[in-house]
Amino acid sequence: MSNPLVDMEKPDVIFCIGTNMTECHPVAATGLKKAVARGAKLIVADPRRIGLAELSHLYLPLRVGSDTALLLGMAHVIAREGLIDDDFIKDRTTGFDTFFEHISQWTPEWAETITGVPAKDIETAAILYGSADKGAIYYTLGITEHICGVENVQSLCNLALMTGNIGREGTGINPMRGQNNIQGAGDSGALPNNYPGFQAVTDPAYQAKFKTEYGREIDLEKGITKVTALELCGDSIHAMLIDGENTLISDPDREHCEHALRSLAHLVVIDIFLTETAELADVVLPATAWGETDGICTNTERRVQRLRAAVPPPGDAKPDWWIICQIAQRLGFTGFDFDTPKPIFNELCRVSPIYAGLDWDRIERGTTNILNNQWPVPYKEHPGTPRLHEETFVNGRGIFSNVHYRDPAETISEEFPVWLTTGRRLQSYHTQTQTGRAEGIDYLLPEESLEVNPVDLERWQLADGEWCKMSSARGSINIKVKVTDRSPRGTVFASFSFADVPVNLLTGSGYDPVTHTAELKVCPVRLEPL
Amino acid sequence: MTQKIEIDGVEVAFSEGETILEIAQRHQKEIPTLCYDPRLDPFGGCRLCIVELEGARNPVASCTTKATPGMVVRTSTDTIETYRQTLLEMVVGENREVDVSPLRGYAAGELADLRDRYGINSGGITGAISGASKAEDDNPFILRDYELCISCYRCVRVCAEQEGDHAINVMNRGFHTQITTEFDGLLKDSACTFCGQCIQTCPTGALADKKALRAVDEVSDTVPEKTRTICPYCGVGCSVDVLTQNEKIVGIHPAMDGPANQGALCVKGQFAYDFVQHPDRLKTPLVRGDDGELHETTWEDALDKAAEGFRKVNATHGRHSVYGVASGRAPSEAAYLMQKFIRVGFGTNYIDNCSRA
Repeated sequence: MSNPLVDMEKPDVIFCIGTNMTECHPVAATGLKKAVARGAKLIVADPRRIGLAELSHLYLPLRVGSDTALLLGMAHVIAREGLIDDDFIKDRTTGFDTFFEHISQWTPEWAETITGVPAKDIETAAILYGSADKGAIYYTLGITEHICGVENVQSLCNLALMTGNIGREGTGINPMRGQNNIQGAGDSGALPNNYPGFQAVTDPAYQAKFKTEYGREIDLEKGITKVTALELCGDSIHAMLIDGENTLISDPDREHCEHALRSLAHLVVIDIFLTETAELADVVLPATAWGETDGICTNTERRVQRLRAAVPPPGDAKPDWWIICQIAQRLGFTGFDFDTPKPIFNELCRVSPIYAGLDWDRIERGTTNILNNQWPVPYKEHPGTPRLHEETFVNGRGIFSNVHYRDPAETISEEFPVWLTTGRRLQSYHTQTQTGRAEGIDYLLPEESLEVNPVDLERWQLADGEWCKMSSARGSINIKVKVTDRSPRGTVFASFSFADVPVNLLTGSGYDPVTHTAELKVCPVRLEPL
Repeated sequence: MTQKIEIDGVEVAFSEGETILEIAQRHQKEIPTLCYDPRLDPFGGCRLCIVELEGARNPVASCTTKATPGMVVRTSTDTIETYRQTLLEMVVGENREVDVSPLRGYAAGELADLRDRYGINSGGITGAISGASKAEDDNPFILRDYELCISCYRCVRVCAEQEGDHAINVMNRGFHTQITTEFDGLLKDSACTFCGQCIQTCPTGALADKKALRAVDEVSDTVPEKTRTICPYCGVGCSVDVLTQNEKIVGIHPAMDGPANQGALCVKGQFAYDFVQHPDRLKTPLVRGDDGELHETTWEDALDKAAEGFRKVNATHGRHSVYGVASGRAPSEAAYLMQKFIRVGFGTNYIDNCSRA
């Protein structure tokens, strides 16, 4: 997030797109609800009539996968109505003139033909956001889990840059991260393109730095993403070390994924449960869980925080860092002689400019009146950075992107006439390895069901509460039908949380070519009564 | 120009909009409250926070009275303390019990603490119990023990003001005031999301953490220990206190000073913690045997086999045949070492985390 969570109460106009925040980030959503109660205007764009849509002043029910078209249409109106921030564009950005020409063709009427959202509503949304003194954008995986995830994000950046809604309180471009340390995993360098602290592996300066730091030559080119690695399993990838990911259930195209993992010569899984993925491993190493492990994590607003052990682990379970050290030591790798997590975190801080002012002891003390542990924290006395881009952008100037709309990897056809979109629910989390084992959760959410619009129910001869067969180009599953107005006509929704309703047998139509993020939000399917 | 008021004979500064209670608390005045939660709009319902204000005919509620320059306030006089004593006696007298388990909720002991401070004995004012408990609500999380309710409306207000859900409301008035949901039904049929904020603000334990109370039956009756950490679920990073007794997690309290959540939690963070000590947890390393099945083994054996497999694959297929996937759920030390394992060990960038799907 460019802005801190406390800013969520402060915008005049809030634009939420592709984020089911009241279910997926409920505590963050309370900030938006307070802003709305105070009088802020809320615009919600989502294919489904989610909880946030009910709270909104303007709801834009766009077709799944049409976000870029909607955002181009909004940019067109903002420019046409003269709602651009000339000073900000002149002082802080580059490429506006070509962008201005580029968007002149993408009228709201054109956007209506792609998105299904009435042109006048696109205009209203654009004028609302464009006129705001403080306009803030919030998004989640509904923006990124598309083959055009990068264009979607760039389109949001265009809106913020042309209106100067960045670098100030109550503004910004704010992606909500989905896991308690997914930000920290990226910060720590577990990425094929970046060393720790987002230092590009292709930059000669960082190459030299890590050659010295790690005492060996490291490839000068980027590595491959996990998506590519899974495709190459058995071909050129023959061994994997997976820490705490239930790949088989969380990743798209389960059959392909299972085949990939089975074709490995050596699979080692570190986890707290014998997950569906761990069951395929050659060696399974039991890790200590949350509540048993001391360490550091980073949240969605870049806040670095302390995790503390409260109870001892069961049996012989060991911390992940200890397990990795032990394997590394047996292979003769140097730099893995750690007895506690503290020196590991301090090493991460030492090699990462964004963490340079942090260390274990500062995180242990937590947020104080003077020191806020939101990165970048470039030196010891630095107070932390709640808000990014206040004076300048990291790369100098904000760049406008002349994006084009693209259809999803697969579009509905006679054979697969219904859009399936997937996501999460309030009461369950990811592949349910945790929430499925929490007593009481099944009272609230006993099983998975497919959310179907009442009109579609008749059209596809389905019945509420009955089972149906849902098929995509990759496979089919049986799932119970639940009739609801939350789903628009022609679009159905299910979560991927329940292993007995493996929705990821169906998904996996395509990937964003840059980020390799799967298009989990769009999958044409066919529905048949059972 | 600094604005000032006088509290108990001392001149103190204040900022525009501050209430007498806020200023007094800043100066360590222990004004009793029951309906006050600093996160909520002042309500002025319990009247315990009354203070004498020079020039005013009657005492005023300090939580709802904004300071104006020159005010002269007395926070504790014989008259005020007698009022407070009587009010507390009445409140205590209409409840079934006052001494409740600290596991009921974060603020559950507030009434008992005040009773002790004011030396109220339970036989003082007795009579009917106000509030009818809703035993038929079989939800697994929130106990609705309204015989302990004092109608402070903190639950109603936290649900409306903090959560924006408006699931809880008030039925009837006066002695017959009853906290309930729309149509007096079950919580699961209301707008309730089971975030647990009502049980954490309740000052008497009338709304209570059923799950924690169930857990306590299984362990001894010692006071729970608290460990500050971060919620294991989404990326918001809410601060929580894990409650433990005899090495068992028995409940979760939201951290009121958590920088990301300021006391808020959701149903997962509040109630879905018991996966940690679930019998399904892996306790022993497993290695696949010649029979194709996974078998329990020692750490030495499992780590040797784990390392040997990477050594063999590396020797046979080269360093670009090994791949590492770090977790978004483990601490950063794990992710850092995972990328270091790949980069130091194999000299590649064949490392990723689980953020792409």
